[in-house]
Amino acid sequence: MVSVPALAACSGPLSTLDPAGASAGLIAGLWWVMLLGAALITTFVFALLLLAWWRKPAVGPDERVWTMGLGVGFTLTVLVGLVGYGFWVGERIVARDDGALRVSAHARQWEWEFTQPGPDGAPLVTQDVLYIPAGRPFDIEITSSDVIHSFWVPRLGGKMDAVPGRTNVARLMADAPGIHEGLCAEFCGIGHSVMRFTVVVYEEGAFPDLSEIAAETGEQP
Amino acid sequence: MTDTTPPSPMAPTTALHSGPEAETTIRANAGQRALRLHRELTEVWADLPGLRGVFMSVNHGTIGRRFMATAFVFFAIGGVLAMLIRAQLATPRGDFLDTALYNQIFTMHGTIMMFLFAIPMLEGLALWLLPKILGARDMAFPRLSALGYWCYLFGGTTILLSLLAGVAPDSGWFMYTPMSGRVHTPGINADVWLLGITFVEISAMAAAVEITVTILRCRAAGMALTRMPLMGWYLLGTSVMMLVGFPPLILGSILLEVERAFDWPFFDVARGGDPLLWQHLFWLFGHPEVYIIFLPAAGALSTLIPILSRTPILGYGAVVASVLGLVFLSFGLWVHHMFAVGIPNMALGLFSAASALVAVPTAVQVFVWIGTMWKGRPELSLPMLHVMGFFLTFVMGGLTGVMLAIVPFNWQAHDTAFVTAHLHYVLIGGFVFPMMAAITYWMPLLSGRWRVSGLGEAAFWLIVVGFHGTFFIMHLTGLLGMPRRIDIYPDNPEWVLPNLVSSIFSMVLAMGFALFAFDIAMQALFGRRSQRNPWQAPTLDWAMALPAPAYNFASLPGPGKDEAGALLALARGEGLVPGAPRGWRETLVVEPGTGRPDHVAALPTNTMLPLATAAVIGSFFALMLAGLYVLTPLAIAAIIAMVWRWGAVMGTDRDHPPVEAAPGLALPLHWHRRTTLAYGGAVATLVADATLYACLIFGVGFLSVVAPGWPAPPSGLPAFLAAALSCLALAALLAGSVAARRVEARRASPAARPTAMIGVAAGLVAVVALAGVGFALDDPRRHARDALRGVLLGFALVHAVIATLFALRAWADARAGRLGATRRGAAPVWRLWQDYALATTAASALLVGLQEAL
Repeated sequence: MVSVPALAACSGPLSTLDPAGASAGLIAGLWWVMLLGAALITTFVFALLLLAWWRKPAVGPDERVWTMGLGVGFTLTVLVGLVGYGFWVGERIVARDDGALRVSAHARQWEWEFTQPGPDGAPLVTQDVLYIPAGRPFDIEITSSDVIHSFWVPRLGGKMDAVPGRTNVARLMADAPGIHEGLCAEFCGIGHSVMRFTVVVYEEGAFPDLSEIAAETGEQP
Repeated sequence: MTDTTPPSPMAPTTALHSGPEAETTIRANAGQRALRLHRELTEVWADLPGLRGVFMSVNHGTIGRRFMATAFVFFAIGGVLAMLIRAQLATPRGDFLDTALYNQIFTMHGTIMMFLFAIPMLEGLALWLLPKILGARDMAFPRLSALGYWCYLFGGTTILLSLLAGVAPDSGWFMYTPMSGRVHTPGINADVWLLGITFVEISAMAAAVEITVTILRCRAAGMALTRMPLMGWYLLGTSVMMLVGFPPLILGSILLEVERAFDWPFFDVARGGDPLLWQHLFWLFGHPEVYIIFLPAAGALSTLIPILSRTPILGYGAVVASVLGLVFLSFGLWVHHMFAVGIPNMALGLFSAASALVAVPTAVQVFVWIGTMWKGRPELSLPMLHVMGFFLTFVMGGLTGVMLAIVPFNWQAHDTAFVTAHLHYVLIGGFVFPMMAAITYWMPLLSGRWRVSGLGEAAFWLIVVGFHGTFFIMHLTGLLGMPRRIDIYPDNPEWVLPNLVSSIFSMVLAMGFALFAFDIAMQALFGRRSQRNPWQAPTLDWAMALPAPAYNFASLPGPGKDEAGALLALARGEGLVPGAPRGWRETLVVEPGTGRPDHVAALPTNTMLPLATAAVIGSFFALMLAGLYVLTPLAIAAIIAMVWRWGAVMGTDRDHPPVEAAPGLALPLHWHRRTTLAYGGAVATLVADATLYACLIFGVGFLSVVAPGWPAPPSGLPAFLAAALSCLALAALLAGSVAARRVEARRASPAARPTAMIGVAAGLVAVVALAGVGFALDDPRRHARDALRGVLLGFALVHAVIATLFALRAWADARAGRLGATRRGAAPVWRLWQDYALATTAASALLVGLQEAL
């Protein structure tokens, strides 16, 4: 019950803790597990530390309990479990060659140019707004023409850098129609703070009216 | 490691000496009047009075204190910049700073804290402390300590002045290309960083070389490596990491500066470069750097916790093993700073596992420290309070570090305030708290005074509350999506409250640090005189008067006199090499492993040379910064002239009688030994140099395999001419190697001098032939391949020139009568360098040959 206000504090248009897609959801789950584990370990270590002040000296566990037992054994057990879990999550969210919808994001100082299927299915080029259908995984090809930027829609999933000279691919999916915010996460100069964009998620087959969206987001299609 | 009994700090009877029986036979010198010895030694070891003392001191105590004081000034400046950042971010539409200035300020905050505070601080602590805990009178290379300090001061001041002039670096402290390249940073902002930091890093390399050699060779007689105080192991790990960790950064900085200045494309995608090469080189340095900072701090903890808990440390062997583990692992995880650049998932998994694994040796140490406290009776003195601050902070920083090692979570948290929070937990927890513990612990030794009660505790609580208030909530700010390095966030009301909280508590934190500084100043000025060994520590650093005298020990510690209880015996001259009867600064040099006495080194005394050398090196960097490239050869000539003079005191034209270090223990002076401290320093320097070369080869491989703009355009290299000139250069270098060997073999005969001249001539032929290859190369501005060939050639040329200078030195030694049956002059180091130049030049020629053939 205590967690309800805490969870409310976690929402926000750019919150990684308020996932709106499979990838972000898996990572948020990973975070909560790690937070719980970290809280337990911190409590345990601090308890050991406090006990050092209140107990009689010279009667205590053997040296090997501290070094091999806690230092190596305990730590390694936790790490193996966590790295395995992390790898499992990673395998489920990376791009695969399965013919998913492909869109592209091209970054330059300090704007985003997106190419995606338009209302008629033909490629549509837009500025700072990305249109994607709900409930369908898509791969986004991320490129840059000047410096390094980073494509990030926190509520959908992790970030991927836009590096001049290469094309990086990220796999994302949005659960339901709606509007999400995205930003450039890699410092890219004077305009870094305002290098934002919007992701419009529409019901498959019902491409939104561009002028309506423009009015809502303040962006020009 | 398991079969060694740890040194028992609490039992004065358990001496550090272990092995061969020979050592236990070292007899005590006859006792003398301590005051007479003190006067004799002070005469020889003290800095000169007045301004000459300021400019000419080479004493480790003076230089170490200067490093620490200067680092603290930079810490205060970096802290003021942090306050400006927090003031800007306190409100969503902060118009306190404009964006351009804000970018300079956060870049400078990171740069100052990393390069001008943390590294110099640990160097200062190591320089000041190391000889004291190892039982030596000074560091192995006193002039190098001073040179490092002046380079640090000049370089750091230049960087700082750029901020006042409004042209400070503004691409973030890791200077990613292409942002830091000429197109996107046309001003000198990036040059200030690249040249200034490289200038400052001379001090890091100098410290790395001399810490390594000092630990391996300047210990108390009979102090085996396996029994030296843990701080020795930590600093050895640190210095080895610095030797191998800094060269990638230095190479990266050179390449980027050459790209900016001369348009050679290493990072330009259109011409075969790759911005990711910069990231690899930077983080190959940048991640080990974190452990370079952490290890000395952990060393302080491993020293302080047992002493303040009145018990020996639990698990000496386990601690040494985890130090070695950290050194090894820390070089395998730089890619975790690059999880989002588009690296295949399998490779990411490997680096993720390695990054997580580094938590194991760290955890071992944390549990050893807690176990030590369980075993002993901890006392809540001020240093111990800071140790508790370390635990409170660092444990959480370590856990968020493990979180960030998990790739999918990293993809979300990377480049957000979560990372800012994590790195401050690790650096303030893992470095600043232990350093505050160390400073409050060693202040009596530094100043001779005891603390003024009350203030220190208040400062501690302000720092703890201020720190956690600022940074704990920043984890949440990051998870709510706030990226690093933004200056406004008008559309994100959910970030307002956490940012305001951070900004308010950051002021508390700043007050805490100010009070800490005030407390230290009060102690230095008004504290009552401290009693000797105020913590009742068993270690050698307290076996001396307070404050520590310039010479540390009136006679040097040895078996049976290697802990704090030996204070009076050492002061009376009962240890080894008592006093300064020859008027030289003498210290004992031992065999690296066993600690068996090997020879006595006469160290250089007060001199202007380090300052003058730093000044001419500074003139080179200043000319580069001003773009006056045509004038730089003048600066290089001046540097060569200065360095030439360094060699002048490094030889002797007569045979010296052995020194009676103890009754029946006659040791030669260093001029009569082949493996001198200087030889060790040359080996350490070549380790660093070889790392730089390996990084260069990595760069060639990385770009040819990974960069998009390959294959390179057809090579216009005239195959026959280039091959002929290369073979001529290699043959000449080989001839130099033979000459170096002959000179050393014939050192006692008149033939040495003409043989050395043959070496000089061979060196000149090599230099001319290599310069000839330069004219045959394709325009380096055309493609990264051609640019890298230019760098390989430049590397070979520089090494051939230095080899020639060594040959000339050997010739000068022969002419001045500095060679003899037991006196080798510079010949052994010449041979070492000549062989290295030959090997690297041959490898480069082979590499280019393969490129041409394939």
